[in-house]
Amino acid sequence: MNEIQLLTWVRGPGLDIAVGIFLLGVFWRLFEIYSLGRKKDLSASRSAAGASGWHTIFRRSLPPEGMVKKSPVSYIGGYTFHIGLAIVVFLFAPHILLIHSLTGLSWPGLPSQFIDLAAVVTMAAMVVVLVDRINKPVKRYLSTFGDWFTWAVTFLPVLTGWMAVQHLLLPYTTMLALHILSVEVLLVVLPFSKLFHAFTLFGSRWFNGQVNGHKGVAV
Amino acid sequence: MHGPLIETLARQGVTRRTFMKYCATLASMMALPPSAGRAMAEAMASAPAASKRPSVIWLPFQECTGCTESITRSHSPTLEGLIFDVISLDYQETLMAAAGHQAEEALHAAMAANDGKYLLIVDGSIPLGLDGAYSCIAGKSNLDTLKEVAKGAAAIVAMGSCAAYGGLPHANPNPTGAVSVSDIIKDKPIINIPGCPPIPTVITGVLAHFLTFGSLPELDQHGRPKAFYGETIHDRCYRRPFYDQGKFAKTFDDEGARNGWCLFELGCKGPVTYNACATVKWNGGTSWPVESGHGCLGCSEPDFWDGGGFYKALSMPADPLKLAGKAAAVGAAAGVAVSFVNRGKKSAAKSAHETTTLADLEK
Repeated sequence: MNEIQLLTWVRGPGLDIAVGIFLLGVFWRLFEIYSLGRKKDLSASRSAAGASGWHTIFRRSLPPEGMVKKSPVSYIGGYTFHIGLAIVVFLFAPHILLIHSLTGLSWPGLPSQFIDLAAVVTMAAMVVVLVDRINKPVKRYLSTFGDWFTWAVTFLPVLTGWMAVQHLLLPYTTMLALHILSVEVLLVVLPFSKLFHAFTLFGSRWFNGQVNGHKGVAV
Repeated sequence: MHGPLIETLARQGVTRRTFMKYCATLASMMALPPSAGRAMAEAMASAPAASKRPSVIWLPFQECTGCTESITRSHSPTLEGLIFDVISLDYQETLMAAAGHQAEEALHAAMAANDGKYLLIVDGSIPLGLDGAYSCIAGKSNLDTLKEVAKGAAAIVAMGSCAAYGGLPHANPNPTGAVSVSDIIKDKPIINIPGCPPIPTVITGVLAHFLTFGSLPELDQHGRPKAFYGETIHDRCYRRPFYDQGKFAKTFDDEGARNGWCLFELGCKGPVTYNACATVKWNGGTSWPVESGHGCLGCSEPDFWDGGGFYKALSMPADPLKLAGKAAAVGAAAGVAVSFVNRGKKSAAKSAHETTTLADLEK
């Protein structure tokens, strides 16, 4: 298989398979999680539980008081790479073209030089949070294979995409094929790993806030 | 500087200065040091008299003669053509006056007289299907001819994508069993000059290199001279700034197309194609496909015919969402099935639950 054949495969059948598994997994997991249900709480709600849920969704996106100073790497590094990922994935012109060709949706992109900067900052932040996870005994103790693995499958698409654009290490064609392949691995892994927080994050926050509000600790 | 070539050139009205300029251009195009221009000029100028010019044998196999067309048409009265006066083109079916037995005689005479020294140029792929019956010359299959002529060659130039990779005949489902020269010949230095057709300057550049240094230039992983195939069309494209700015032509007749914006969305394969079109251009530097308003087809890459649609942007995949509905339905069904299992577990746990009474604790 030469690099054009690899590229053709990852853009064709490879992507079909990856997107298929991704959608299948997302629907499977969402149905599974939300169909578990909760026991009805028969006590009278002590405060507006639903509103508390919405409040928690928002509030937990902000660091609690003093926490930024206490663990700056987690908060600043975490923010940086999440925002960086969003910029690189959704505002790079070729990515928008792909989404447009699939869904018909389109929006303006950012100059490629800016995307380049965002990619470098994102990778730097990801490396910093990884080193922090390795260095801090508590974090290391709490980390499982799932954490290291999801870090790698998130990092590789950014790295290969950046290297493809910068023409590093391998010819552009090969690098582009590896980039798309790494994204396909991410798509397949996402529904069945910790990365599924991309879908469950707000739902679980709402539940937490709602339960707390019901108990009278609206936060 | 004197020599048979200089005299021939002078007779044809080409000055020494023009010849030196040509050699310097050729050397700089191949990214050789400035001194190489002079070395080339001296090597070519001092080439022995006409009877001893380096022999070149050109074998046409399963091809469309486009490669020959490309070279003859563009170099015709220019200096590049004169390079062919330096060599002795002993066999070229399209260009030679001889035909039939005379042509075959010329071939065998050249092979015998220059055994181990002649340069073999091949254009077209070699069909292996039906024992090679798909393409025969003088009653012999292309496979037999190639093996026979390659034996005494100093080096082989695979001209065009067919000879280099199998090309169009090799495209899926490859009915004739077409293969490239390098699939058959393993014991000779082979240089691939792919393209459909390749750029004429590239072949003359490689010939000049061979005559000057007696060796082949540096090659990439596909056996192509790095001097010409070292960078992608995209990286050298004059429309590249529009790509970086995100300005794309959406159709062949919209405002973007008229403004000369990037053709990426219209299927240009420039980013994955290594060739010199963007710098050397075609027809004596007049223009090239992207300049004329059409995206690159990627003709110098292996299997470009099977690389997806010519008018499909590189970042646009086949159609991954065609199965989206089915995948979502299967996923939802799996989720519902799992939820029933979970509920079953829950109720089983509930019914298996034994209540502990005060009496139990006092036991």
